[in-house]
Amino acid sequence: MSPARTRPATALRVRRRLGAFVFLTPGLAYLVVLLLVPLALVLSYVFFQRGRFGGVVYEYTTENFSRLLDPLYLRVLGESLQIAALTTVIALALGYPTAYLIARLPRKWKTVALVAIVLPFWTNFIIRMYAWIILLNGPGLINSALKSLGLGPFELLYNQGAIVTGLVYSYLPLMVLPLYAAIEKLDPQLREASANLGASGFTTFRKVTLPLTVPGVLTGSLFVFVPSFGNFVIPEMLGGGKSVMVGNLIRTEFLKARDWPFGSALALALVAVLVVLLLAQAWAARRA
Amino acid sequence: MRRSKLLYVPFWVTIVFLYAPIAVVVAMSFNSGKSAYTYEGFSLKWYGVLAQDQRVIDGLVNTLIVAAGSTVIATVLGTLLAVGLARHTRSRALDAIALMPAVLPDLVLAIGLLLFYGLIQLTLGLYSVVLAHGVFAMAFVAAVVRTRLANTDTSLEEASRDLGAGPVTTFMKVTLPQLAPGILAGAMLAFTLSLDEFVIAFFTIGNLQQTLPIVIYSMIRFGVTPEINALGAILLLVSFTAVIAGQRMTKIGEARAQD
Repeated sequence: MSPARTRPATALRVRRRLGAFVFLTPGLAYLVVLLLVPLALVLSYVFFQRGRFGGVVYEYTTENFSRLLDPLYLRVLGESLQIAALTTVIALALGYPTAYLIARLPRKWKTVALVAIVLPFWTNFIIRMYAWIILLNGPGLINSALKSLGLGPFELLYNQGAIVTGLVYSYLPLMVLPLYAAIEKLDPQLREASANLGASGFTTFRKVTLPLTVPGVLTGSLFVFVPSFGNFVIPEMLGGGKSVMVGNLIRTEFLKARDWPFGSALALALVAVLVVLLLAQAWAARRA
Repeated sequence: MRRSKLLYVPFWVTIVFLYAPIAVVVAMSFNSGKSAYTYEGFSLKWYGVLAQDQRVIDGLVNTLIVAAGSTVIATVLGTLLAVGLARHTRSRALDAIALMPAVLPDLVLAIGLLLFYGLIQLTLGLYSVVLAHGVFAMAFVAAVVRTRLANTDTSLEEASRDLGAGPVTTFMKVTLPQLAPGILAGAMLAFTLSLDEFVIAFFTIGNLQQTLPIVIYSMIRFGVTPEINALGAILLLVSFTAVIAGQRMTKIGEARAQD
């Protein structure tokens, strides 16, 4: 190779490197300082002891992990899983037929229906939860309506049912969208073929539509489960602090008890559960 | 035929479920009485009370400052990052880092930042929330701009370089204008997400200031009043208008792109 040919190539490579440097450095530097370092701190604080007035004393301990295994905390973890799972199942039961119908609508109405589903999601989260307080409260509207029928009053607010209602309400659009995407791209000829071969509508759904939309089901379920599991605002506003979820514990450890190391351990447990679920989802999606 | 009619049932259940609470908030905001539960007659007085409430006004101003600041950071850094990731590297690890704030539970990011700010002994305030919101907003801007980049033709950039334009000129005159709709969409997304964000702001703002969601949250803890309904109704109107306008804009953008 002659030097005359290698030089432009080298110059090009240098310029490429420079381009990569100029474009990537600012954003990545920002993410290193304000994302990776903070996460590394959460990870490392787990091994230290709590300071007397918050903060941390840099003495190694595994106590924060052993405390996680306390039945008290395991029960909270279990209850969080249960609430998030129930939320996901209800969102799926409501979201699947909804997405199925939207996918069958004429093109013009599809967009309208999708915007209608997503619109509440873009409104203030706290206000939406406030709306449920008004509806479910003792003197609230649902009880007033029931009273005129001679029923109630019922304790609708500040229990697990209220939490699940709030969670389903908040994250239902995240279930409908991936389901819609999965159902929409199904070839209608597949269902026609199934019907022509004599399968009933339900059999076609069970044997053709449902198996082919499993990836959408998995994605939607993950999208609903993840924010439900780590939530602390909804259990606090609608659960009245009676049902405690992992998120509430973390919030208390950080802002009230000021036990940062144990709070970090709880956060780590939360992330661990979510990572396991993500891996399971990826595995299931590949098999589907 | 009957079966497909039956499908409309869950759809309308979903729609009623989604909109009934919102309708109640709006209806009760016009209540002349003091209760958020029993309607006594039509009145706009709670909108007047709201307009006089200094905490709400301060909260609104703080929220707008935070949203504007974090949107600027997220838009500039997110756009550069998207171009860098799409054009200058094939690293999947960098891809994952750029997307991470969007998938990470907000609570975990919030406590991480709280620990970090504690470690460097930063006094908490609006700017610590601006920096925090910049993190997740950047992930969304980068994702939106990357989608746009994937749909743009690199041959225009190559042509520009072949015709003798330098990398800076090419970026400013060819790449950026092509990306403009994506950047705008990303910025709007970042702004909207920041306006509504509660958890991270709650952890990183300290005791001296409040953003609007935090103001509403603490108002509710002291009891429900039609004033909160009035505030809710206004916020609902603003975000509904923004989403529908955004929808229209992307439609127009798509129609133009197809021409």
